[in-house]
Amino acid sequence: MAQKIKAAIIGPGNIGTDLLAKLMRSPVIEPVWMVGVDPESDGLKRANELGLKTTAEGVDGLLPFVKEEGIQIAFDATSAYVHRDNSDKLTALGVLMIDLTPAAIGPFCVPPANLQEHLGQGAKNVNMVTCGGQATIPIVYAVSRIQPVDYAEIVATVSSKSAGPGTRKNIDEFTRTTASAVEQVGGAKEGKAIIILNPAEPPLIMRDTVHCLTEGEPDQEKITTSIHTMIAEVQKYVPGYRLVNGPVFDGNRVSVYLEIEGLGDYLPKYSGNLDIMTAAAARTAEMFAERILATATA
Amino acid sequence: MSKKVILHDMTLRDGMHPKRHQITLEQMSSIARGLDDAGVPLIEVTHGDGLGGASVNYGFPAHSDEEYLSTVVPLMKQAKVSALLLPGIGTVEHLKMAHEIGVSTIRVATHCTEADVSEQHISLGRKLGMDTVGFLMMSHMISPKSLAEQAKMMESYGANCIYVTDSAGHLLPNTVKDRLQAVRDALKPETELGFHGHHNLGMGVANSVAAIEVGADRIDASAAGLGAGAGNTPLEVLVAVLDLMQMETGVDIFKIQDVAEDLVIPIMDFPIRVDRDALTLGYAGVYGSFLLFAKRAEQKFGISAREIIVEMGRRGMVGGQEDMIEDTALSLLRQKQRA
Repeated sequence: MAQKIKAAIIGPGNIGTDLLAKLMRSPVIEPVWMVGVDPESDGLKRANELGLKTTAEGVDGLLPFVKEEGIQIAFDATSAYVHRDNSDKLTALGVLMIDLTPAAIGPFCVPPANLQEHLGQGAKNVNMVTCGGQATIPIVYAVSRIQPVDYAEIVATVSSKSAGPGTRKNIDEFTRTTASAVEQVGGAKEGKAIIILNPAEPPLIMRDTVHCLTEGEPDQEKITTSIHTMIAEVQKYVPGYRLVNGPVFDGNRVSVYLEIEGLGDYLPKYSGNLDIMTAAAARTAEMFAERILATATA
Repeated sequence: MSKKVILHDMTLRDGMHPKRHQITLEQMSSIARGLDDAGVPLIEVTHGDGLGGASVNYGFPAHSDEEYLSTVVPLMKQAKVSALLLPGIGTVEHLKMAHEIGVSTIRVATHCTEADVSEQHISLGRKLGMDTVGFLMMSHMISPKSLAEQAKMMESYGANCIYVTDSAGHLLPNTVKDRLQAVRDALKPETELGFHGHHNLGMGVANSVAAIEVGADRIDASAAGLGAGAGNTPLEVLVAVLDLMQMETGVDIFKIQDVAEDLVIPIMDFPIRVDRDALTLGYAGVYGSFLLFAKRAEQKFGISAREIIVEMGRRGMVGGQEDMIEDTALSLLRQKQRA
């Protein structure tokens, strides 16, 4: 496929830079702009060296070029505080926003659970939940598609080095947003999320635990198959997504112990938590892009 | 040395761990009344893992935090009630709920290297006019100097008291002193200093005395030691020792013994003592609340609790990682089956 959908990344930090590395490999997305606020930032320089156009004037610096250059997708890797403004300006021009901030204006998107749904509904803004959400909700969904889940709880453990100042200043946002997506996307009647920061050196690879309490005795065979199918699905965009132990069945409890190793594009491999966010965002964009391209050629 | 020390009771919070969070409202009321009557000034009431701890991971309690707190708070004649909160588990909503019920002290606990996740909760506690405490868990894992830096962060968010918390019961009197001294030197003179000990190496009382010698204003202890691991510093013993040292605690020596003996011992599911597993927690420096989970994994998978605890320590697990106990047991089991 020669034609690609043009995209812009807002936020040249660690996440934006890692995302850029992934998009550079995409067969359907062409990253063309990197948007920042500091002309001296390393992220903008790196993007520039990779051949992207850059602006240090925020989204306003990008707006005049959106129509002219045919930018159809934008990723926001800034912060919840500025996301609404960025989103309003870009969606007004018909750009699809993929939100990696915790702002969650648009519906939650966890690719193997509900991306197809969003594709069909012509969403203008989708939110990528949280790292813990991307890592665990596919498993909750894999259980709830077999049998009703009364309660699901996820425990995300990330290395201290991969938890940035934004997460630390508002750690409640992680627990709230993740728990609510465990319900809305994972399909659990009640959701809970716990996050632990571990300072061990060398840094530990992200670990995630999913506990589901099923309505009635869990159907062990079907649930096990469903979980393995789902893990293979996630591995398509996060190859380092691994089942360490489980599923463990204990009464109506189903527990799954996961490890998420990143690709190490720009971020270190132990930051599976950040990698799964950028990978899921790239995956989401590709699915939308494929749809746009298919519609255009049809 | 004549000095006043505030004793902070842990029976109804840390004591929730060996009770698997199943203390009844009646038991809680009678113990809290006994502590109040004995003159204990501050009593903590929360799920063992703090507000919002109710979970598969840490155990579902017999009653919600809200029920326990609204039962105990109105009963108190002189004692104030505190609540514990671990950011990442509990949220500001839990904090507001506790404040509305009449909790006067909020203790915000983080792993000793992660103080900056407490800003949101400490600043809210202060804004609500609460006695706001920063609680640095697993303090043995970093140097006194690094610990002091973390303490300063919590102070800057608004904490009026900082605790050096020996969650693993691994510290010894000299390592307690090094840490408290470094923290004391770093903090403003008006910021109080506290110590929370565990008895896994049998050092609860000795470490608490060491802490007081370098200026601790508050000491945590628990009637009959009811708490995680081999328990907390036994409150009734500490009261007697401090009396002999002519330190003022305001706690009645005989009344607190009676609370321990008549109210707390009878509700224990097993004796709180330095058994080999608790001793291993202390020796290897592993989080105290892992004990019962490791014992349960031993029952289920046939891997000794001690082996699991040692492996958890080797892997650098921190407080809250209870989920990794079943995971570790399963991985050890697989290794054995392969061998």
